[in-house]
Amino acid sequence: MLQRIINDSRTRQEFPDLSQHNNHMAKVLTLEMYANLRDKQTPSGFTVDDVIQTGVDNPGHPFIMTVGCVAGDEETYEVFKDLLDPVIEDRHGGYKPTDKHKTDLNPDNLQGGDDLDPNYVLSSRVRTGRSIRGFCLPPHCSRGERRAIEGLSVEALGALDGDLKGKYYALKDMTEEEQQQLIDDHFLFDKPVSPLLLASGMARDWPDARGIWHNDNKTFLVWVNEEDHLRVISMQKGGNMKEVFNRFCTGLTKIEELFKEKGHEFMWNEHLGYVLTCPSNLGTGMRGGVHVKLPNLSKHEKFGEILKRLRLQKRGTGGVDTAAVGGVFDISNADRLGFSEVELVQMVVDGVKLLVEMEKHLEAGQSIDDLMPEQK
Amino acid sequence: NAPLSLIFRLVLFPNSAEYPDLRKHNNCMASHLTPAVYAKLCDKTTPNGYTLDLAIQTGVDNPGHPFIKTVGMVAGDEESYEVFADIFNPVIKERHNGYDPCNMKHPTDLDSSKIRGGQFDEKYVLSSRVRTGRSIRGLSLPPACTRAERREVERVVIDALAGLKGDLTGKYYSLTLMTEQEQQQLIDDHFLFDKPVSPLLTCAGMARDWPDARGIWHNNEKTFLVWVNEEDHTRVISMEKGGNMRRVFERFCKGLQEVERLIQEKGWEFMWNERLGYILTCPSNLGTGLRAGVHVTLPRLSKDPRFPKILDNLRLQKRGTGGVDTAAVGNTFDISNLDRLGQSEVQLVQTVIDGVNYLIECEKKLERGQDIKIPAPISQFK
Repeated sequence: MLQRIINDSRTRQEFPDLSQHNNHMAKVLTLEMYANLRDKQTPSGFTVDDVIQTGVDNPGHPFIMTVGCVAGDEETYEVFKDLLDPVIEDRHGGYKPTDKHKTDLNPDNLQGGDDLDPNYVLSSRVRTGRSIRGFCLPPHCSRGERRAIEGLSVEALGALDGDLKGKYYALKDMTEEEQQQLIDDHFLFDKPVSPLLLASGMARDWPDARGIWHNDNKTFLVWVNEEDHLRVISMQKGGNMKEVFNRFCTGLTKIEELFKEKGHEFMWNEHLGYVLTCPSNLGTGMRGGVHVKLPNLSKHEKFGEILKRLRLQKRGTGGVDTAAVGGVFDISNADRLGFSEVELVQMVVDGVKLLVEMEKHLEAGQSIDDLMPEQK
Repeated sequence: NAPLSLIFRLVLFPNSAEYPDLRKHNNCMASHLTPAVYAKLCDKTTPNGYTLDLAIQTGVDNPGHPFIKTVGMVAGDEESYEVFADIFNPVIKERHNGYDPCNMKHPTDLDSSKIRGGQFDEKYVLSSRVRTGRSIRGLSLPPACTRAERREVERVVIDALAGLKGDLTGKYYSLTLMTEQEQQQLIDDHFLFDKPVSPLLTCAGMARDWPDARGIWHNNEKTFLVWVNEEDHTRVISMEKGGNMRRVFERFCKGLQEVERLIQEKGWEFMWNERLGYILTCPSNLGTGLRAGVHVTLPRLSKDPRFPKILDNLRLQKRGTGGVDTAAVGNTFDISNLDRLGQSEVQLVQTVIDGVNYLIECEKKLERGQDIKIPAPISQFK
């Protein structure tokens, strides 16, 4: 009993002040939950304080709800499920701890998607992330682990051939010319500056073991050890999302095979799908989208509502937290978990087709009222 | 009792795979952390679980500048300086101009009555200031402390400060609770500190949980100021407009000794030992942790090519009036002691007093068209 009183007092002393905070972690974390989780660790030593540090340090924004917690390894999602399950449920539209996630990387299951009007759709892109099982994630990995992840990834990517054949550029070894070329191609990533990422420790030891791989055609790109072990991106100019998705699936499947040949696999389970650093990227970890010209539609009062019903989100063309330039928007799937890759890209393809049609209507001075979609 | 994470790592990764790539680095840690030293220390921890990797993280993340050599490592607790002595000692020796922690002792002397002179010509000296830091023994330092430890530091310190009387009577302003008016007043007084932005500090983990348990205390007369849980447990500053360095130092010593007495009444003490003096987060602040300085106008001397050498020989350093890493505005400089460790507080303040007087004499000579002399270098360890 006395021990309990002492523990309660200690817990209270350690419990973060979240009174100014607006993020998923802060909404969910109670004193009692913290007390239960405080004495736990994952096998690699990740603690609840490590999980929540980024959310404590970044109170958030009244309008934008950030996640406020990260995983340091695959086991984080198990050991701290009392905290992460409700965060996941909040963030992923009511996804329950008992729900199962479907993975479908068969591009043949996508219908259409090769005919988005290139007068409006300027470019198409699909990205996801992958983590290598057995290694800690970027917030927690040691230099040795990060280097091992780089080594394994470079080896696997080095075995890709055909239109996927490419080259790796380590951040710390690249020449000035290589750097400039990567900047011009919009491939180069830099040390994170967002306090959301820095506070979780992801930028430690920069630029050690970080790098960029891309195929010779510049349509398939892999980031190594940035915010996740691997970020995989397939892209091209124009509106042929089907081709982009084909390459995405083929590439990912091949990379997975190559890893398996060396005795490694990706972090995945049937409840959470692919396991990544940020709970927001669980499931498919996938954002499939286009840069599309919607100068008229974007000014329409129902634009937000339409996107919501189509389960799409808009961003500026600089990516997350940027503004649109010249009526061109980045439109992508809003969901990550609870839908398969094929389902999500289908939503993007069908949704963008409708948005372009609406834009054409408005250009011609016609109403879009009878084009309004149902809630998906 | 190595933490779980260390055991996990040791099993999977040999320390050679963990050794940081320091080829592009220019800081004291990088100069002395050989693979052999790393191998020797990488599986050790302090009783609180602080590791070598944690201590050096800031130096790994911040390669440094070709002209400015930073320290590149921090302590997470008092024991860090012992457990990781094999890297801290050479770093301390380099940073503190040859002070050898292996065989030298650091003198502490806060008897301000020993000071000779100390009233500067106010035609030249605009303000005088002495600062140091103090750490509460038994609680981890800012890079490693938990929220509970940080709050305990705050509690212990503000409890003691509340006991100060007379011209030291004052008030505490917690960063989380201060009103807008209080904040504006503190800004106007140049007392407010903000969340660190320097990557040197943020990479060491000092800004975690900001602004929890951080605050500012100052006396009603605004001549004695204490920062709580910024870069150290406490930073203590005594200052005044004008040139009365003697009085500034008197108040400094009195305030420090009073605070020490008050915490001791409650069973606490400052981190101190005779090898390293007062223990602070950054090795550069060991010993006295003392920077005594003035804002002084030296329009002619500052343009004289001999100025840097004169400062050097007097064991003084110049900074801009915004503090470290700022440029001088007009002809006004921040002039302070170069050394921190190996000499006492009294010795260092005397050095500043004698040195600044010499600089003012030079300035006056140049005003009169007379020539100046570079003084003989004063000895470093007395």
